[in-house]
Amino acid sequence: MNHPAGVTPSPDPAPAGGAAISIKGVGKEYTTDAGRVRALLPTDLEIKPREFVVLLGPSGCGKTTLLRMLGGLITPTEGSITIGDKTLFAEGDANPSQEALGSLGFVFQQATLMPWRKIWKNIALPLEVKRVKKKERRERAEALAESVGLSDFLEHYPRALSGGMQQRVAIARALIHRPSILLMDEPFGALDAMTRDQMNAMLQQLWMDTGKTVVLVTHSISEAVFLADRVVLLSQRPGRIQDIVDIDFERPRGLDISKDPRFGQIVQRLRAQLGEVS
Amino acid sequence: MPSPDLAPEGPRPRVSRKKWAASPVMLWITTPLLLLVFLGIWKAYTLLFDVSSLMLPPPEQVGTAMIELMQGTMIYDAIQVTLYETLVGFALAAAVGIGLGIVLGKARNLERVLSPFLVATQVVPKVAIVPLFLLWFGFGTTSKIFMAAIIAFFVMMQNTILGIRSIDPGHRDLMRVIQAPWWKRVISLDIPSSLPYVLTGVELGIVFAITGAVVGEYLGGDEGLGALATTMLASLRTDMLFAAVIVMTVLGFLLYAITAAIRRFAIPWHESSGRPTSL
Repeated sequence: MNHPAGVTPSPDPAPAGGAAISIKGVGKEYTTDAGRVRALLPTDLEIKPREFVVLLGPSGCGKTTLLRMLGGLITPTEGSITIGDKTLFAEGDANPSQEALGSLGFVFQQATLMPWRKIWKNIALPLEVKRVKKKERRERAEALAESVGLSDFLEHYPRALSGGMQQRVAIARALIHRPSILLMDEPFGALDAMTRDQMNAMLQQLWMDTGKTVVLVTHSISEAVFLADRVVLLSQRPGRIQDIVDIDFERPRGLDISKDPRFGQIVQRLRAQLGEVS
Repeated sequence: MPSPDLAPEGPRPRVSRKKWAASPVMLWITTPLLLLVFLGIWKAYTLLFDVSSLMLPPPEQVGTAMIELMQGTMIYDAIQVTLYETLVGFALAAAVGIGLGIVLGKARNLERVLSPFLVATQVVPKVAIVPLFLLWFGFGTTSKIFMAAIIAFFVMMQNTILGIRSIDPGHRDLMRVIQAPWWKRVISLDIPSSLPYVLTGVELGIVFAITGAVVGEYLGGDEGLGALATTMLASLRTDMLFAAVIVMTVLGFLLYAITAAIRRFAIPWHESSGRPTSL
């Protein structure tokens, strides 16, 4: 595995002992033409610093809704969200606290790279907002590009890159402002199975090296079991937490872990639970 | 170098069919060739059907007329006038069209309210308004400037609206997540993202502008290439009329080439760069 020489395992500012993310009674109801639709029932969840949590569920279970609320993109109908020691949404807040948003990095389902920006400028975009000087932006982008294996492509435009490489750029971009928490919305959903395995292995390594708290949304059971410390299983319509499964395989996990009988058992169990609800 | 287990997917290979067919060298051969074929058919037609040179002069006669025209001074005055009308009209149309396009692209409700009127300005046959423009602005260049502007305006506005609307919602989410203030969103997302559309509008707009100016000149006044063409027709110099039309064509082509070059320079990242828009 390519070791991220340029990325210092950043000591996270998350308070010792406290939760990295605290979700209290958070639910979401959409108002549509057809009336009100409940996407997520009031939900409680605590995520520890440096934990890798995977939200797993069928489509329409509200997993993406929950993640987008954590990212401040959607306002909860009820409940409160705390990031570290900062409140993101207090009960009844319409807008997220900008202060709390600063410690989050977000990776979307699509890479959402800007085609008019070279790779390094795509990676460094969040730093422009924070008014970091160009020299430093460049240095930090180079370091992160190296850690995701893209050093040779800094001067390329996104269209020259494959889907997997583009998503790596997106991950680098989400990490450039040194957030303590990384939120990922089905980041590898659009990739082929082989690329997806490699991306999972890379993500695990990156997570181990940097000590971020990761919340990842997926509908792939094996991806969830491979990556997670805890799998949060959501059931659909209306979305709610059905089960939370601890996954205690040793790290780093190799891709051959899927041959482990216990791995198979956990996957079977989760599949059965998903089958019950759908 | 990325290690092999990290980067099995290399850079996407460029779409290359036959290299030769895609290269600009091919155009240097095919364009003159097609032109020759065209001239040949033209000449053959005038010979075979014994067409009067008043109706359709043969190519060589037009060529001679062209030389005659270029040796005089009036053609240069006419080019200057038409160019001036086109550029001023175009600038006016670009300022109003792109400005209004941005506003309407952002404010959907406003666009819904105004769109019947904006469409109406396009449905009105503009040639029919020329007499009105002549009445309002006189036979000088002003009426032609407005003619050029009103014809070029709509396409630039429409393209700008489309450009603003086409901004990827994923990019908007991204700007929110990285806490970009409004000015950063405008500079780093709205403008670059809509630029390809706006520049397409500009490319079409410049061609429409010269059309507007020439149509204005046809219908009133005694300056410019359009007026020159009508004068030639009135004095039964069809060959000269053709020569004037060729000058207009070359002028329009040059203006188009300039905007296309600007487009290529401004958005090298866009797929459309490297091939001209087909009108």
